[in-house]
Amino acid sequence: MKHIDLSKKVVEMIGVTKKFGDLTANDAIGLTVHQGEIHALLGENGAGKSTLMNVLYGIYTPTKGQIRINGSPVEISSPSVAISQGIGMVHQHFMLVKPFTVTENIILGKETAGCFGKINMNQAAKDVSKISEKYGLQVDPLAKVQDITVGMEQRVEILKALYRGAQTLILDEPTAVLTPQEIKDLTRIIKNLTAEGKSIILITHKLKEIKESADYCTIIRRGKHIGTVQVDQVDEQQLASMMVGRTVNFKVDKQNGAKGGPVLEISGLHVKDNRGLPALKGLDLCVRAGEIIGVAGVDGNGQSELIEAVTGLRPIESGSVSIQGKQINNLTPRQIHGRRVSTIPEDRQLRGMISEFSIAENMILENYYKPPFSKKGFSQTAPIKENAQTLIQRFDVRPDDPDYRAGALSGGNQQKMIIARQIANNPDLLIAAQPTRGLDVGAIEYVHKALMAQRNEGKAVLLISLELDEIINLSDTIAIIYEGRIIGLLQNGDADEKKIGLMMAGHVN
Amino acid sequence: MSIKAKLTNWSNSAKRYLDNTFVFTLIAIFIGLITGAIILAFAGFNPFESYWAMAVGIFSKPKYIIYTIIKATPIIITGYSVAFAFRTGLFNIGAEGQFIVGGIVAALAGYFLHLPPVIHAMVAFALAVGAAAAWGAAAGYLKARFGVHEVISTIMLNWIALYLSNYLVMSPAVKRAESEATHKILATARIDLFGVWKVSEQGMAWRMENRFFHDLLKPDINIGIIVAILLGVMIFLILKKTTLGYELRAVGFNKDAAENGGINVNRSFMSSMAIAGGLAGAAGALQVLGVSLECVNLSNMEGYGFDGIAVALIGGNTPAGCFLSGLLFGALKYGGGKLQSMMGAPREIISIVIGTILFFTAMPKLIRYFTSRINQKREEK
Ligand SMILES: Nc1ncnc2c1ncn2[C@@H]1O[C@H](COP(=O)(O)OP(=O)(O)OP(=O)(O)O)[C@@H](O)[C@H]1O
Ligand SMILES: [Mg+2]
Repeated sequence: MKHIDLSKKVVEMIGVTKKFGDLTANDAIGLTVHQGEIHALLGENGAGKSTLMNVLYGIYTPTKGQIRINGSPVEISSPSVAISQGIGMVHQHFMLVKPFTVTENIILGKETAGCFGKINMNQAAKDVSKISEKYGLQVDPLAKVQDITVGMEQRVEILKALYRGAQTLILDEPTAVLTPQEIKDLTRIIKNLTAEGKSIILITHKLKEIKESADYCTIIRRGKHIGTVQVDQVDEQQLASMMVGRTVNFKVDKQNGAKGGPVLEISGLHVKDNRGLPALKGLDLCVRAGEIIGVAGVDGNGQSELIEAVTGLRPIESGSVSIQGKQINNLTPRQIHGRRVSTIPEDRQLRGMISEFSIAENMILENYYKPPFSKKGFSQTAPIKENAQTLIQRFDVRPDDPDYRAGALSGGNQQKMIIARQIANNPDLLIAAQPTRGLDVGAIEYVHKALMAQRNEGKAVLLISLELDEIINLSDTIAIIYEGRIIGLLQNGDADEKKIGLMMAGHVN
Repeated sequence: MSIKAKLTNWSNSAKRYLDNTFVFTLIAIFIGLITGAIILAFAGFNPFESYWAMAVGIFSKPKYIIYTIIKATPIIITGYSVAFAFRTGLFNIGAEGQFIVGGIVAALAGYFLHLPPVIHAMVAFALAVGAAAAWGAAAGYLKARFGVHEVISTIMLNWIALYLSNYLVMSPAVKRAESEATHKILATARIDLFGVWKVSEQGMAWRMENRFFHDLLKPDINIGIIVAILLGVMIFLILKKTTLGYELRAVGFNKDAAENGGINVNRSFMSSMAIAGGLAGAAGALQVLGVSLECVNLSNMEGYGFDGIAVALIGGNTPAGCFLSGLLFGALKYGGGKLQSMMGAPREIISIVIGTILFFTAMPKLIRYFTSRINQKREEK
């Protein structure tokens, strides 16, 4: 807390209310951030955190309320105003231009042009490298964004805000996609930044991170300001109950279920990545009925390609993938659904949902052509709606309106919607990639229970996650993926974080 | 759902629609007309008189209204074509070529086939639509198979269609003597109303006695506009109520998620382009079967397909929107002629008006910005 200068209020939001039609996303919220402070924002999915920050960043105009920067009231009518006021934001969902390089993305809108408006790319690349080294944010300045991992995209976003000279940096769930090591690095970076007098507003669902780095924490529940606490005076359990309004159970009960026969068998799998380079180099893996296999690894070691190969989205060069003993190499995604495989994709907005569709329409994405949703080629409104209503109830998607546009849901509720659909497909094999990315602790508890229930019902579950806690908590067996191969299997009993961490870095034994 | 709930639901969505697109389009049209007025004034014409002349020229007689509708019909339908493709994530710049294909096939089928009335027209129409659908699907295939962007392939297919049509028109078996056009289609294939009768001796005699109808019958009244309404309803149903529509829209919005959900994205491209092509072809066929009765040797493209792009854009890519904007377009184009004949003002002014409308519809953000500014000011007061 030593860097905090309580006399300097860099950001004050006073009685900020934001309505979307009838829905009050923010209800008279107050937030004060001092110079050098790390201020966490905590709340359930859909509580209104992103909305509040979008108001601060000028993306939304508040319905009511005032914003003061360094003591003087300002009207932040657009992000460029926010930037000029020294506010930078890294969004929950990345906003990068995919075909551009990392450097181009970072300097976009702030290019320094030489003669004839030509952008000095070399200089820009150097500048970018300099900042990235200074804060330890590793990026490849010349790689195209479409080719880099989700983790690196996140780093590019952070760099982008820093490059614009942000004094107050809003990070909307920045660690959701980072590996444990990267999270440690980021925590260090954040602390360095505050040491230089910058302030950070940190949205995160990870209570551990709040405890580790934040000074203050403001809790929002269903759009209302519940309270602001000094972080070193509360524990995680208290934070969780303030946020959810009830006590939360962090551990899942694991019953000793009976394992069945193999459901998914992968042997000698070779697959190429987007650039045509080998991504999987002879991967072997077996998932049996009634067990959860957790694939742990540093981002970019072939996890994405593994999911895509199994679900029919990426051609298989050699090797074999079988479901229930029958090969499914290079079948179409629909044929693979037909073999009772369901997937919770890792990038929900890219692969998992259609933002412009309603919740109801999204809930039938794999089954829209089957009865009762389709009869003689016509979509059946009533069953489609009923289906959505049932799933919304069962998985507690908010708001509970089947006609609500999926893209307007909060991140966590989008994920719930996708999970609901996939579990409702009643698969033999459920592939869950980053299933709790961006979810609040209450929702995580729910998803973990749901995955465990699938396992206990005798389903095979393949869990791919960057969250070590999640892997350790849920998996029967942990498979370590490293450079396109499974380099070791650990039974849950003898897996600890340290051992897994070492193996993830490529050290076997 | 109860009827009441349905009604409120419906009125809510109608309100939302009105709030945004419709109002913005009206504003754009208004700005377009103002711009035209300013330019007229600069050019030394009284803008009020000019617009009045146009209005009189469009609305003062039933005959004029009929002319306007006839002008509007083909571009309403090519508008559908572009809008449909757009709703499924594709840019159909090829409505022009698909229109030409539909037209020439209708002209050939209308002359060479010998079938009873009505049936003949229906068969000619169906063949034309089928051929144009295949023409559209070709672009879909090129995209699916080789990744050729549909903008490029449809532009090239436009030229191929133009020259192919000209080649056919001018070939000895097809060309009408002493003309640069095909033979007139047979009476059995025509879809105009009273077309044959009104120029017959009997018809002429009757018209002499009934001056009002004499005038009314001058334009080539045909059933095209009814077909246009039916097609509009059909597109609405396909997009909103069918499984195919779900699939096409899913691909249009997010093809990665659609693919993940098991939708065959490539097949969807082809279906969508086939439907879009078929629509533009229908426009071409209606034009030949109901208005021109022949295909001529074209020195350049006539622009029905390109107008369709503008119609779709102004119409917000919905069938109803296309219908209205197509009518507006037809009126402006027809009225533009009046501007010239009655005021001596150049009809190009109308192109400027249309261009301005397009410009501002394409920039709803800008208008939204202005309106939100105005709202803010009002709230502050
Ligand atoms: N553009 C929008 N239009 C309509 N409703 C919206 C819009 N953006 C957000 N909402 C609604 O406002 C509420 C708050 O959403 P917000 O994204 O701020 O939640 P959040 O706290 O960031 O949740 P998460 O942790 O899941 O990201 C939600 O109910 C959401 O559905
Ligand atoms: Mg959020």
